[in-house]
Amino acid sequence: MEYFAQQAINAIQLGAIYALIALGYSLVYGVLTMINFAHGDLFMVGAFFCLIIASLFPLPFVVILVLVMLSTGFLGALIERVAYRPLRSAPRVSAIITALGCGLVIENLVSSLSPYAKPMPALFSVTGYNLGGLSISSLQILIIGVSILLMVGLDFFIRRTSFGMAMRAISFDSRTVPLLGIPLNKVISVTFLIGAGLGGAAGMLYGLAYPVIAASMGVLVGWKAFIAAVVGGIGSIRGAVVGGFILGLVEVMTVAVLPSTYRDLIAYSLLLVILIFKPYGLLGKAPNQKV
Amino acid sequence: MKILRFAGIVPLIGLLAGCGSGAPSAKIGLNVELTGEMPAVGASAKNAAELFISQQNAAGGIPIGDQKVPLELVIGDNAAKADQAAAVANKLIVQDDVLAMVGPNASACAIPASEIAEALKCPMISPWSTNPKTTIDVTTGKPKDYVFRACFTDTFQARVLAKFVLNNLKKTSAAALYDVASEAPNGQANLFRETFEANGGKIVAFETYTTGDRDFSAQLTKIKAANPAVIFLPCYYNDVPLIVQQARRLGITADFVGSDTWSTPEIIKLGGDEINGSYFCNHYSAKILTDTARKFMSDYKSRYGQDPDDIAALTYDAFGILTEAIKTAGKMDRQAVRGALSKISAYDGVTGSFKYEGSGDPVKSAVILQIKDGQFVWVANATP
Repeated sequence: MEYFAQQAINAIQLGAIYALIALGYSLVYGVLTMINFAHGDLFMVGAFFCLIIASLFPLPFVVILVLVMLSTGFLGALIERVAYRPLRSAPRVSAIITALGCGLVIENLVSSLSPYAKPMPALFSVTGYNLGGLSISSLQILIIGVSILLMVGLDFFIRRTSFGMAMRAISFDSRTVPLLGIPLNKVISVTFLIGAGLGGAAGMLYGLAYPVIAASMGVLVGWKAFIAAVVGGIGSIRGAVVGGFILGLVEVMTVAVLPSTYRDLIAYSLLLVILIFKPYGLLGKAPNQKV
Repeated sequence: MKILRFAGIVPLIGLLAGCGSGAPSAKIGLNVELTGEMPAVGASAKNAAELFISQQNAAGGIPIGDQKVPLELVIGDNAAKADQAAAVANKLIVQDDVLAMVGPNASACAIPASEIAEALKCPMISPWSTNPKTTIDVTTGKPKDYVFRACFTDTFQARVLAKFVLNNLKKTSAAALYDVASEAPNGQANLFRETFEANGGKIVAFETYTTGDRDFSAQLTKIKAANPAVIFLPCYYNDVPLIVQQARRLGITADFVGSDTWSTPEIIKLGGDEINGSYFCNHYSAKILTDTARKFMSDYKSRYGQDPDDIAALTYDAFGILTEAIKTAGKMDRQAVRGALSKISAYDGVTGSFKYEGSGDPVKSAVILQIKDGQFVWVANATP
């Protein structure tokens, strides 16, 4: 029992980070029906921004988090302006290839600037707690807490603010809504700013939890979070959160009860089964058929 | 789905001292991991190779037949990827027409590259690949003709480590955690399990992850429940610090033991306090230096401002053996060089004395080191 409780803590930490990254994929897809494959690399950049800021200025955690989110967010918005906007009316596949290309450019740029993996400085001293045989650290609590706070904040922004309403409107119909006075480009820029900012925050938290950071760190995690977004229902914010936690739980629990060699086999087979029964994901909606 | 990455194959022509136009030079290819998952490995190999070449060329080159011929280095970056390692091998051998190739270092790269070298009949020496499959043709079980290595094999290393844990540390229960998708760690873990159990030890947990994973909490929680006295981590230096930190955070107190995959000072930089006290098997130690080794250490340090790791030492030895064979062959002919290599019966290198007995695997010894307060400290020797 204690064993499974410990594994559940492991799963929640991993799931929170998957969910936070998955939000970025889902948000951009929801507004533009485009998959931003550079997102995993923006996540990695977030970790490096945190390393740079933290080693230059000894600021408190929250300030660093905000700076990392802003800088990564602006990078995301810049990529949209430079690379995706010119292709907005081009076929979908061109935009996807461009996104993959941007991701590779970022990754290789970082790897040429920093070919070696770097240790991430601890931003505060981590205290470990032992609750009846369960190990949990202040860092884990912080990661889970910040992730959940950001998720709730985003959900509130999308559902309760006028800007969020504009995003939902554009996601509903990106041809008619601009005619009604909604500034399309501005809304899309802000979408990328938020999406990439969340990715940056996830990168920072991930870097603190797993304090060896490298240019290639975003690739595998990025793919996994993308899968989480699809399983939850891509385009749905709550779906991305559900998908992230399910992926974390399935991965950890497979290892907990079966030989770990089967982890990816079992975890991803299970996710395929979910998609067979729910092809639009757990919380996704089938698109409106336009005649 | 695997994405091909842009990682150019950049041939860099080595600096040549005293190479007149039109004069013949002996071209040696270097197929190494300059970018990708383990850039520290590639950088050490490149440094050592350039040091060796510049020393030889400063002396006018190496005597081949009745003339002195300068060496020329052609470097290809395999990005620590299997497909690219094979492509680089092909390019070096066919397009650049090298006399012999040194590298790759990671077994995952060295095995595919060795297939190319064998098929094209070009001598290849891997400085650091310890996996048996690098020099053995798995379909026939016979040694490959053209493929050599400068290091011991995983079979030997596993035996050394299993005996060290049982006899020196006096621990009889062990767990292992390794990257199942990576060739050298995978082989080392399985060989360790075989020898450890054959010698009376007990493996209580045997867990895996895949390349790129950074969360090992699920596997470590499982290992903690099995309560081993020692945890064997045949993992590359980027993964080890993360595993060790997460293990300590979960309250695991077992000793960590690693293989030669640990052997770069980067592991100390990334590892922090948690890695202090861990043991690993290595190719040589600063403690037991011969004169050759001492000279190499000081030359390397004065040129690059840092101590060489064992990848640098093994690469230097690979070049040493190779030029020895070229001198003995007396001509720039791949088949003659291969013949001379296979007959090397005593070569005193930086990492100890070498001989080849009917296969590409040298007969040589290993050492056990401990990481202690930011240093690699010698603990024990192991002979074949």
